Amino acid sequence: MVSPGLFQYADANRRRSVILIVVAVLLLGLFGLLLGEAVGRVPWIGLSVATGLALVLALTAWTQGGALVLAASGAKEIGKSADPELVNVVEELCIASGLPRPRIFVIDSQAPNAFATGMAPEKSAVAITRGLRERLTREELQGVMAHEMAHIGNRDTRVMVLMAVIVGSIAILADIYLRGMRYGGMRSKGKGAAPMAILALVCAILAPLAATMVQFAVSRRREYLADATGAAMTRNPGALADALEKLSTTDRKLESATRGTQHLFIVNPLRPRQTLNHVFATHPPVAERIRKLRALAGAR
Amino acid sequence: MASTDHPLALSLLAEIPMNLVWVAVAVLVLLWFVALYNSLVSLKNIGKEAWAQIDVQLKRRHDLIPNLVETAKGYMKHERETLERVIQARNAAVTATADPSKGPAAVGAAEAMLSGVLTKFLALAEAYPDLKANQNMLALQEELSSTENRISFARQHYNDSVRRYNTKREQFPSNIVKNFGDFPPQEFFEIEEPGERAVPKVSF
Repeated sequence: MVSPGLFQYADANRRRSVILIVVAVLLLGLFGLLLGEAVGRVPWIGLSVATGLALVLALTAWTQGGALVLAASGAKEIGKSADPELVNVVEELCIASGLPRPRIFVIDSQAPNAFATGMAPEKSAVAITRGLRERLTREELQGVMAHEMAHIGNRDTRVMVLMAVIVGSIAILADIYLRGMRYGGMRSKGKGAAPMAILALVCAILAPLAATMVQFAVSRRREYLADATGAAMTRNPGALADALEKLSTTDRKLESATRGTQHLFIVNPLRPRQTLNHVFATHPPVAERIRKLRALAGAR
Repeated sequence: MASTDHPLALSLLAEIPMNLVWVAVAVLVLLWFVALYNSLVSLKNIGKEAWAQIDVQLKRRHDLIPNLVETAKGYMKHERETLERVIQARNAAVTATADPSKGPAAVGAAEAMLSGVLTKFLALAEAYPDLKANQNMLALQEELSSTENRISFARQHYNDSVRRYNTKREQFPSNIVKNFGDFPPQEFFEIEEPGERAVPKVSF
């Protein structure tokens, strides 16, 4: 394996993807066993439901992940004639980074935002909203697109899709269990089941929260790294800082973004003005990212 | 080798013929060697590819200039001399790139010359509002600024690749592996002419 110079986190992310899958399979399996046991002494049914669910979700994400996200956000692919400057900027960055050219999409929304997706660089896509596209100068556009290309080069998009699958599976399992409890159909029977039921209940409530916290912590870290890698690509950290400043002056939410896709965007599309760095934030505060970029620009 | 007072694990280990251990070690070293050798080959080729990419982008610039001059000709009637100089510099650059006997230094000088006259030409074009409003000219402007970026990014990417390859070449233990194949050091692309550093400012 050749160590990628610009994408120094790509190897780490590949390893992380493998570890994530292993840990997730184990955790999901345990969770399934526990819920199965609590429901009616049928741990193996719980186990197969859990693994089946994760398998279906992972398969969908792997084959359709990028297309689903793009379709959900109402993105439309554009060619060179529709926006020569945007296409040129992306192609220039492909030369700077040595990455294959991603498909380029525009989202018809005034909320300023952008994201990247795709399980492999060869199958990746970048998208930008019309609102952001119209506000940026060429240099700022380059900064934003370099951040997105950095996500692709660092294999962040893959890690984040895997994370979403894991969190999704846990949430769905917990939801099924809690609903079953509420309607009484899944009450445990027999002696000695009570402690198990309580344990399962606590797990069903806490596991999705814990999984989400881990997912968001990974996501926040990825954003800082993509800022740094993007700056190394353009050698112009100041331009991305300028663009982020423009992004942060809005209250406008991106209508088509959901809680499932929010972590993909360059700034959180549901809470664009978030200023606090708390455990349920998908992105670090924009002001902090700008400060770090300006420090990089000053150091040059 | 196995003696009776050894702990169980050690005596089990001693049961393994020493030859087998040496074979295992040799296989591991061989695999490691192959991995290092292959990564050197990959890095060398990435560098070569990056170098070729610079030429691709320079050619893109050469192809754009005749169109640019053709479009400007109708508007800039009093700048015939400048336009001719742009074309001359462009043709000189094309010749230098195509001639394998001329080294990278000659190509660099010709391209630097071209950048210089292009900058001058674009500065002059600023004085012609009709030309600036021409749709064809606007499109060419965008292509030209993109090409300038592509050239400098291609050079940046080449230097990044060279840095990685040369570092790998010099690091232990790949510095030993490199002697078993054709792995000469690669040269950085360096800007000799100060004019080359100043990428033509395209602003319309």
